[in-house]
Amino acid sequence: MNEYILIFRHEDGQKVASPEQLQAWMKETIDWIAGITAQGKFSGGNGLPFEGGKVVDHNNLVTDGPFGEIKERVGGYIIVKADSVEEAVGFAKGCPVLQGEGNTVEVRKITSGDGIH
Amino acid sequence: MLEDDKLLPHLFRTEYSKIVSVLYKRFGFEQMEIAEDIAADTFLDAAQTWPFKGLPVNPVAWLHSVAKNKAKSMVQRNAIFENRVSAEYRKASEDASETELDLSSQNIIDSQLQMMFAICHPSLATEAQIALSLRILCGFGIEEIATAFLSNKETINKRLYRAKEKLRAEKVSIVIPPVGKLEERMSSVLTTIYLLFNEGYYSLSQDTPVRKELCFEAIRLGYLLNQNEQTSLPEANALLALMCFQASRLDARMDESGGHILYSEQDFTRWDTSFINKGIYYLHQASRGEKISKYHLQATIAYLSTDAKESEEKWTQILLLYDQLLQIDYSPVAALNRVYALSKVKGKQEAVIAAEKLQLTNDHFYFALLGDLYTGIDHVKARENFKLAFEKARTLKDKNILIKKLKNL
Repeated sequence: MNEYILIFRHEDGQKVASPEQLQAWMKETIDWIAGITAQGKFSGGNGLPFEGGKVVDHNNLVTDGPFGEIKERVGGYIIVKADSVEEAVGFAKGCPVLQGEGNTVEVRKITSGDGIH
Repeated sequence: MLEDDKLLPHLFRTEYSKIVSVLYKRFGFEQMEIAEDIAADTFLDAAQTWPFKGLPVNPVAWLHSVAKNKAKSMVQRNAIFENRVSAEYRKASEDASETELDLSSQNIIDSQLQMMFAICHPSLATEAQIALSLRILCGFGIEEIATAFLSNKETINKRLYRAKEKLRAEKVSIVIPPVGKLEERMSSVLTTIYLLFNEGYYSLSQDTPVRKELCFEAIRLGYLLNQNEQTSLPEANALLALMCFQASRLDARMDESGGHILYSEQDFTRWDTSFINKGIYYLHQASRGEKISKYHLQATIAYLSTDAKESEEKWTQILLLYDQLLQIDYSPVAALNRVYALSKVKGKQEAVIAAEKLQLTNDHFYFALLGDLYTGIDHVKARENFKLAFEKARTLKDKNILIKKLKNL
């Protein structure tokens, strides 16, 4: 059993949603996670607020970010247990973030330190 | 706790309207975007955090403290920016950053009331006032407002944008108007609230939950006015009473498929007595003072209509009230209702004569009423009028009622 991280990428994190829409979206996320938890495959996760973020570049220059030129933002992640990348992709397909056009979920295997990654 | 479906449904909507009103009050129409951004960000944070970390023990307190922090850092950021502009600005911003955003229940109520008067400013068209009320005072989404108006998101967005520009251009301040101006401004606030109610009560939209929601929101705004000593004027009491009486029939007037049940055919055991009792309470409150407004008259008529028993005395009183109402506020609907009351008191023959004089030939209700009045007197004429009404009726539910009437002839 490996661990995979599912990273939510939002095309436009600044799009203003109504409270009702956010609430509906929240409910779907809760249900989605509950479905993974029920199979004993949920390891953890978090949301990453867009506000207050900083970007440090190679000259140690700090800017407010990840805004500006970067159109795509990471909005959060979860870590799941899965036997294969296909199984992890199966979980990702149910992610409510994907309802937003242009949004994506990136699935990456987490190095397990077993020498065979 | 996250699975608790009852806790969440209206939390965002009710808290959004509270937080955004306080932010508007704090930042003014000049910096409108700031208020909306902070409120939107607060709810975005909740939606991004709660699913992973679980619902906070006190979600309302969580939202309030996040909004406070965001307001504080916004003020500080502005201060840094304005620092470079002038020392004068710096002084003002420093003062502002010291005071925390006041989200006490008293300030929330005050801000919402003040917002109500600002939004219902006479410089705005009524449809703009209603859209803004739904957005800011009721926390409705753009899509929901569009559904309520049978419109689309783009139209509503434009309407809101122009309305806000207007408020900014007119330098409308977010305050309760002073005593000399209060009555005049109150009348446009009450008009907007009642239009909001009617939008739900008589809406062309088939979406039943949205319709009911609009009625309840209008009543909530009515409550706000009545909780404040300054704004609890008899006219406001009377409007709240009227809305309560009408709302008592919300369930009884709807059949299982969402179709409309006429007053005369309603099962009066389904009338909501708690609303009727509230109505009576506020009608009593409204009887202070000398002035009798159109809401007083309509509320009294609505009160008499909560008595399901047919009696000549009841209808004589209703007829008298309609006569008074038409004198101070003529409307075709009231004129038609008066004719109906007249038929109950003086008989159908006399009512037909009065109705024919109205010549409201663009109104399907006019022909429907004539059809009713001719029923039992002249069935050829009754059929003729029901058919004319059918042609003019705009909604399926109205058409269905007329088909039924034609069948019963």
